[in-house]
Amino acid sequence: MNRPGFFPVWQRNFLVWKKLALPSILGNLADPLIYMLGLGYGLGAMLPEIGGQPYIAFLAAGTICASTMNAATFEALYSSFSRMHVQKTWDAILNTPLGLTDVVAGELLWATTKSFFSGCAILVVVTAMGLTNGPLALLILPAIVLTGLAFAALGLIWNALAPSYDFFMYYFTLLITPMTLISGVFFPTDQLPGWLAAIGGWLPLAQGVALIRPLLAGHWPADALIHIMALLATSAVAFAIALRLTRRRLLK
Amino acid sequence: MALDVAGLRKNYAGNEVVAGLSFAVEPGTCFGLLGPNGAGKTTTLRLCLGLTAPDAGEIRLAGRPIPAEAQVARAKVGVVPQFDNLDPDFSCAENLLVFGRYFGLKDADVRRRIPALLDFASLANKAEARIATLSGGMKRRLTLARALVADPDIVFLDEPTTGLDPQARHLIWERLKQLKAAGKTLILTTHFMDEAERLCDRLIVIDHGRKIAEGSPRELIATHIEAQVIEVFDESSGRLPEFTENHRHLAARVELSGDTAFFYCREPQPLLAALAGADGLRYLHRASNLEDVFIKLTGRELRD
Repeated sequence: MNRPGFFPVWQRNFLVWKKLALPSILGNLADPLIYMLGLGYGLGAMLPEIGGQPYIAFLAAGTICASTMNAATFEALYSSFSRMHVQKTWDAILNTPLGLTDVVAGELLWATTKSFFSGCAILVVVTAMGLTNGPLALLILPAIVLTGLAFAALGLIWNALAPSYDFFMYYFTLLITPMTLISGVFFPTDQLPGWLAAIGGWLPLAQGVALIRPLLAGHWPADALIHIMALLATSAVAFAIALRLTRRRLLK
Repeated sequence: MALDVAGLRKNYAGNEVVAGLSFAVEPGTCFGLLGPNGAGKTTTLRLCLGLTAPDAGEIRLAGRPIPAEAQVARAKVGVVPQFDNLDPDFSCAENLLVFGRYFGLKDADVRRRIPALLDFASLANKAEARIATLSGGMKRRLTLARALVADPDIVFLDEPTTGLDPQARHLIWERLKQLKAAGKTLILTTHFMDEAERLCDRLIVIDHGRKIAEGSPRELIATHIEAQVIEVFDESSGRLPEFTENHRHLAARVELSGDTAFFYCREPQPLLAALAGADGLRYLHRASNLEDVFIKLTGRELRD
């Protein structure tokens, strides 16, 4: 039996994570939950229903997406960077029969896996709060994977370009934070000027929100196929770019 | 040939780091790649492993063309890199297990090999130790054991003893000799000439990306340099320049470096007699070695 080359790379990261799994999950869970509960109940008490659901339910879907995005991004930036640049783990792997494609694909799938853990952890809490509506909620799991995959791939592009950890702050302040605000995580995008809402609608986070929010509310998402294809296309293109840039960086 | 390199060239930003290098390494021998800092040693190793593409030239490693079939070739190759890149999150045993997986080995097979590998590295009692608790010498030995995890035919070692204390260096040398006795091919870069002299069957000296000498350590010493050296030190008497001037004719070649004069001689007796009567000068008479050859070939000025 021939295992694919990315698998031992993924497995290595999983083994490290397993050693610190519980604090890692709790750490990933605490911050988004505090925001969700604080804003959801505190702010939500003053708000009318949004699209027929209470604000906390609206925000719960957004929190699953934002949490998935943040976990994938953090892993593909800071953690991948320390393995690539600081610990030289990638260099060690490249001396074996594995190639750079295996390494970058392993990192991509690992960051996706970690974001899946994060998204799922929020989903479990949301379910316990009684905010899910029927078995369609199970389809949130693959939607989390697609969202995580896209952000893992995008993060790896930035990782390949980074001279140091400081560089990642720009990615958060210039891309991730604005994206969170215009993708319908905290409030519906029809509150935005039309042009900004239109831009927001194209962003990968909005694709994830467009899939996960209806599924959480118990109905099938409109244009599901378009959102799925958009996330897959983002992942594929971003991965190809990340691989090319990483090759230029490490194998010159 | 374990490794066959012909006409290898590599440019970085118009700077020719490897400039037409050719050499061949016979299986079961230890081959040395020597040169001052920046001579192109590490780049040459990276080219041979297929980690970067050459601008020109041909490489065959373990019978495979490089870089086209580098990943296949690397299945039979172990690498000890210049800087330790052990996995700090894992114990010694876990480092070996995880590395074996990169070679496609089954966990059970690697686990069976781990005790022997740790034993070889003199780390038998450190299986569960974290990397951060190991000394520099232990880390190097574990890196060597890790390179052997898939039982390679060829082992690349990039400055394997740099930064180690004498005890640790001697242990590494001992292990490398064992590997050679077991039939492995060793390809070694170093700038310790005593290391090259002890270990290498053949070596090349490169500078500015070019080969400037090739042979066994003995051949190189016999071809490039006089058999004996007398090093004369000035003990703050200030008499060295005058002494050197007056006795230059007693040596085949004289080199001055700071407060030391190196007299390279075929016949040392007349100079030794002269030194016996010289006040304020100390001297050391020895057989010439590979370091003398290296300095003669690459010059005394600093490279950094």
